[in-house]
Amino acid sequence: MANAKRRYVLKLAGSAAAVASTGLAGILATGRAPAFAQTRTVHWLRWVDFVPASDALMRKELMPQAEKELGIKINFETVNGNDLQPRATAAIQSGSGPDLIQAFNNNTYIYANSVVDLTELAESVGKREGGLYKYCRSLCSDGKMFMSMPWAVIGGMIAYRKSWFDEVGATAFPKTWSEYREVAKKLKAKGRPIGQTLGHTFGDAPTFTYPYLWSWGGKEVDADGKTVVINSKETFESVKFMQGFWKDGCDEGALAWDDTNNNRAFLSQTISATLNGASIYIETLRKPDQYQTEKGGPMNKDILHAPLPAGPAGQFGMHLNQSDMLMKYSKNQDAAKAFLTWMHTEANFEKWFVSQKGFATPPTAKWEEHKIWNEDPVMAPFKVAAKLGQAPGFAGLPNQKAAEALSKYIITDMYAKAVQGMAAEEAVKWAEGELKKIYSV
Amino acid sequence: MAVTALGAGTARRPVVRLRKMEDERWLALALLAPTAILLGLFIAYPFAEGVMLSLSSARVGDPGKFVGLKNFFKLADDNIFWTSVWNTFWYTGVTTVFKLALGLWLAMLLNRHFRGKAIVRAFVLLPFIIPTVLSTFAWKWMFDPTFSVINWTLFKVGLISARINWLGDADLAMASIMVVNIWRGVPFFAISLLAGLQTISPELNEAAAIDGARPWNRFWYVTWPLLLPVTMVVMLFSVIQTFADFQLVYVMTGGGPANATHLFATYAYQIGIVSGLLSEGAAVSLAMFPFLFVIVVVQLLYIRRVETR
Repeated sequence: MANAKRRYVLKLAGSAAAVASTGLAGILATGRAPAFAQTRTVHWLRWVDFVPASDALMRKELMPQAEKELGIKINFETVNGNDLQPRATAAIQSGSGPDLIQAFNNNTYIYANSVVDLTELAESVGKREGGLYKYCRSLCSDGKMFMSMPWAVIGGMIAYRKSWFDEVGATAFPKTWSEYREVAKKLKAKGRPIGQTLGHTFGDAPTFTYPYLWSWGGKEVDADGKTVVINSKETFESVKFMQGFWKDGCDEGALAWDDTNNNRAFLSQTISATLNGASIYIETLRKPDQYQTEKGGPMNKDILHAPLPAGPAGQFGMHLNQSDMLMKYSKNQDAAKAFLTWMHTEANFEKWFVSQKGFATPPTAKWEEHKIWNEDPVMAPFKVAAKLGQAPGFAGLPNQKAAEALSKYIITDMYAKAVQGMAAEEAVKWAEGELKKIYSV
Repeated sequence: MAVTALGAGTARRPVVRLRKMEDERWLALALLAPTAILLGLFIAYPFAEGVMLSLSSARVGDPGKFVGLKNFFKLADDNIFWTSVWNTFWYTGVTTVFKLALGLWLAMLLNRHFRGKAIVRAFVLLPFIIPTVLSTFAWKWMFDPTFSVINWTLFKVGLISARINWLGDADLAMASIMVVNIWRGVPFFAISLLAGLQTISPELNEAAAIDGARPWNRFWYVTWPLLLPVTMVVMLFSVIQTFADFQLVYVMTGGGPANATHLFATYAYQIGIVSGLLSEGAAVSLAMFPFLFVIVVVQLLYIRRVETR
């Protein structure tokens, strides 16, 4: 029995070796790889979309269509948005990984050495579609090259419960931070606080804290891009105000929230307002029976959107910019570029854009005229999100240093530390020290 | 004839290669080689690479240049780093004490005879067996600021009137991750110490009992000294693992709120992998080494003292 087994194993090994050697010899003789290795595969890494229908559309319709029309295979992979940067770093250092990686905001500057110039594609799409928004251009291009192809901007607006605001006398959304604080105080007293994260999370935290800082007149760095000017009277005032606003009107448990927590809290009616993309509203549209108000009506009829209130220095917005980086290590650069070009043709991009129902605003002006913006007035404020955004790093450029400051959550932590009890002066000084370490190098 | 032929074959002088192996030095070298290669490849090489990285200005996609100890000087001036150092010691210290106390208590209980002993022993191991990321996600939900089942229970029982901000408050967040670490680590202590307890002859305890020793005295003067060598080894493993813990903190708090729960490993990850500052991340990671080295050496010396006593 043992002999029989040994003989069998030897036979198997022998045939495997024969196949391997003749196969290799065959490849070497013809100079051609076998057919299965010839199919080019483009690996596209993106976030898990907050509009699940869009990911489903990508998987079931757009990717199969692209595979058919371009003769390539597409590996469409989605991960939590917070995991995109670690994946990009690991891929670049190991020299292998996804061909296309989605980048948020000005992260592209961090990976500038490791990406392929996409100027030609970006400019041609911009030219065809009424011009790229300045906001998207500044985040994806350093003026010399497009480090990534602008994809879309996820507009950040405050989603709020209209009836609850009405109940405390706010029939129109507060225009200034002071008004907002007064309303928030009344709402919190009724057990319906504002839900705002100050955690280390890519979207809802910095898109709140940066515009908030700017609205008070504070900024990280001067226009020269070198002089750190965070330690100013304006920043100090903003931190002081935040301490009161947090205590008076916010859900204090939100300090460690990620980008999904506020969605859950809003949908379970524990908060009355939160800065978010339109995903909360879209989810209530998708499941009107599941999400009902305390009075029994569909929640989607009770949600409105408003921009962040104005401060002494004006009203600002920073929205999550998404773009795709074509990686230098990719062995399929031509295929990946062809795929990106295909994805950005109007007919294909439109399918995805419509599936977003306004959650994402395209990076070019032409889409402002799309009929989708007239279908639902609740979504109308998102139409111009990309047009009005201001990039991190203001008053300097959104360059690598600004990206480092953003990815270290320094501005967000300054406020988080202050609401946790650190004196406002100390929190500002801490942020100044951290920013100087970045900008003075 | 056949036998003669075979005999002639075996009597042939061994080839030179094999003869070399008769020399103990060569044999030892050959036997050690696989281990040495493995250690060199997977421990020494990455370590040396890490050291080189920490002495450079490398960023993601940029190999950088040699900058000497600049990254370490930068760390010395970084208060988030010092928070991480303090947190790592505090986290390791507190959890090790609790894991030892609870693990020992559990091991003593499991060392007794009762019905269903085998099943209970198997169940005790569950927290240790479940992948850390999975169980930690479950804990994360239990500590969720809005939906915490712990808060819900305490509220229903009437012990609290407002929500406890488990992961949003710096101290509570640290306490929360410690609870999860203890929950996960107790089975390792319990089962290892149980194995140690079973090597102690029951006759020693019986003799002490006959001499009139009370249970506490029997534990303190008989069981504990005999269990000490095993305990020290278990503690050594646990300290090393806890000191370099990553996944639990990463999943629960990501080092937040506002960097309040960063440990060495999570801060190194934040700096090196997320922000792409590879050299600075490597420096944070390596800064753990001297601390851990001192702890391990002290523990090993103590173990040697205990064993030779």
